[in-house]
Amino acid sequence: MSPRDFHIVWGARSSRAGGVVALALVAALAAAPYYAGSANLNLLTQFFAYLALATLWNLLAGFSGLVSVGQQAWVGLGGYCMFALTMFGGVHPLAAVAIAGVVAAVVAVPVAGLLFRLRGAYFAIGSWVVAEVFRLFSSQMSALGGGSGTSLPTRVITSIATSRQGREFTIYWSSLALVALVMGLTIWLLRSRWGLALRAIHHNEIAASANGVETTRAKLVVYVVAAFGTAMVGGLIFLQKLRISPDAAFSVNDWTAFVIFMTVIGGIGRIEGPIVGAIIFFALRETLSDLGSIYLLMLGAVAIVAMLKAPRGVWGYIVEKTGFEFAPLERRVVYTPAKPATAVLPKGDAQ
Amino acid sequence: MEWTNSILQGVLVGGLYALFATGLSLIFGVMRLVNIAHGDLIVLASYLALVATQTLGVGPLTSLLLIVPLMAVIGYGLQRILLNHTLGDDLLPPLLVTFGLSVIIQNGLLEVFTADSRKLHAGAIETASWPLVSGVSVGALPALQFVVAVLLIAGLQALFYRTAIGRAFRATSDDPATAQLVGLDNRHVFGLAMALSLAVVAIAGVFLAVRANFDPAQGPSRLIFGFEAVIIGGLGNLWGTLAGGVVLGVAQAIGAKIDPGWQLLAGHLTFLAVLAIRPEGFFPRVKH
Repeated sequence: MSPRDFHIVWGARSSRAGGVVALALVAALAAAPYYAGSANLNLLTQFFAYLALATLWNLLAGFSGLVSVGQQAWVGLGGYCMFALTMFGGVHPLAAVAIAGVVAAVVAVPVAGLLFRLRGAYFAIGSWVVAEVFRLFSSQMSALGGGSGTSLPTRVITSIATSRQGREFTIYWSSLALVALVMGLTIWLLRSRWGLALRAIHHNEIAASANGVETTRAKLVVYVVAAFGTAMVGGLIFLQKLRISPDAAFSVNDWTAFVIFMTVIGGIGRIEGPIVGAIIFFALRETLSDLGSIYLLMLGAVAIVAMLKAPRGVWGYIVEKTGFEFAPLERRVVYTPAKPATAVLPKGDAQ
Repeated sequence: MEWTNSILQGVLVGGLYALFATGLSLIFGVMRLVNIAHGDLIVLASYLALVATQTLGVGPLTSLLLIVPLMAVIGYGLQRILLNHTLGDDLLPPLLVTFGLSVIIQNGLLEVFTADSRKLHAGAIETASWPLVSGVSVGALPALQFVVAVLLIAGLQALFYRTAIGRAFRATSDDPATAQLVGLDNRHVFGLAMALSLAVVAIAGVFLAVRANFDPAQGPSRLIFGFEAVIIGGLGNLWGTLAGGVVLGVAQAIGAKIDPGWQLLAGHLTFLAVLAIRPEGFFPRVKH
């Protein structure tokens, strides 16, 4: 039994099946404009945006222990960057979305430098302060409409596509591509050495540090990646809305509370959690949102009950019962003897 | 002289921010819980006072006799029924449960009281003021608020270091397991800490409701002011927290003087500057 006989693998058959299912699903969704109606496309576009936001929040809170309640800072920054670049820079809207992501990543570095001085829950409130600062700054920018906001000029809107349908298709495909990118990037990051470092930090930061994990750098990487993705999602959200205002762009309810709800209900700390959670959230929203504040009250209550009674969420419960995972992140050691027939084990050494 | 006046107002309102902060840092100190719903509970206290003044026909200051014990009971119940179940090594449950609580309180208030902004009316004391020197005068109400804030902080300081319950708070804060070994019931101690926290912020919430308009959406900004005062002052020091509140109040007053849109921004930027230059705050934990 030599060390060569051991292999480290991710998951098993279910993850390969998961890959196939994911590809088939993306293909089916990519063809949706040809068979789904305009209202459904609109709903799916919003779904993709929320799924991407929830995946990124999950990356921060579920995998890295960076519980942020200020992700609206990056959604709003992305939206405002996209507006400024298209209105004053003449940049193509989709290019502006990508640049907005880069701008957010650059801004996130000094912001992280400040926020990482706060531990745990104080980090959460600190991230909220940052979002408030961004919101107050945005309402000071009179070129972008100040406190009441502004709409995208027709010139910019028609530069996406000349027809209304063409615009809907373009934004739909961009959102699908972005959510695929975000999920792919998250899975890749979590399976990389950074992912291993993050899990170690999440379990015990001091022990991780003692074992040589560069804790601050690992957290910085994940914070910057999350800001990058979140800002691009923000850019696309406001490209679909065509209108931006400080209160809409930096809304804690829309871009953080709902996102936390989805992740917690679906299963925090699992790649599949936000998918399940986003489906549940949209099902509730489509049936109950007419109730207004009662609906929000119910969401809050459901989140509390879920956190106390089922902290691993719906997907966590399913995995617990069935062991089935689409995108496993845990490495497993598998024993596959290289030459099983001729292997000679020294006596007393074998286990 | 106008500037002196604004700064003086900033100092006086800083006392209220310090009280928000004291409630926040008290429960953090005792049970490592950061209550995201803290601000919404402050706003809840204002609405309870509104109901009390309207139904009983008493003034807001008299209503404190009812609101303070009521908020303490709410705090104790909340801790025993809900929040005690969230405490542990994991950071997420308390944070997310109090976040959910914040959503519930905000929308509950919205449902009952609508989004209209309200104000409590205290009568003649609101307009009474004493001139200090020519051009600078201090309002009776802000002065009363500040004095109450200072007295409360002095009272809490005495409570922590001179009474049995204060000793219980400090013991659970230092080592909850050992505190339990020597006969303290942590669940009860945590309940008392939350009761005390909400009793303190009820006073601040009612005072602020006399001073400025309030509506159901204002909780988060109150939480943030309290939090900023804690960090500016330095964790674990009550007099530092008072200083933190005053720094925040003055920064906001100066910001507002420059441009009304800069009032909140100036406060937040001061907080971020302190975080950058002196992350441990101006007056970090005192050793006793």
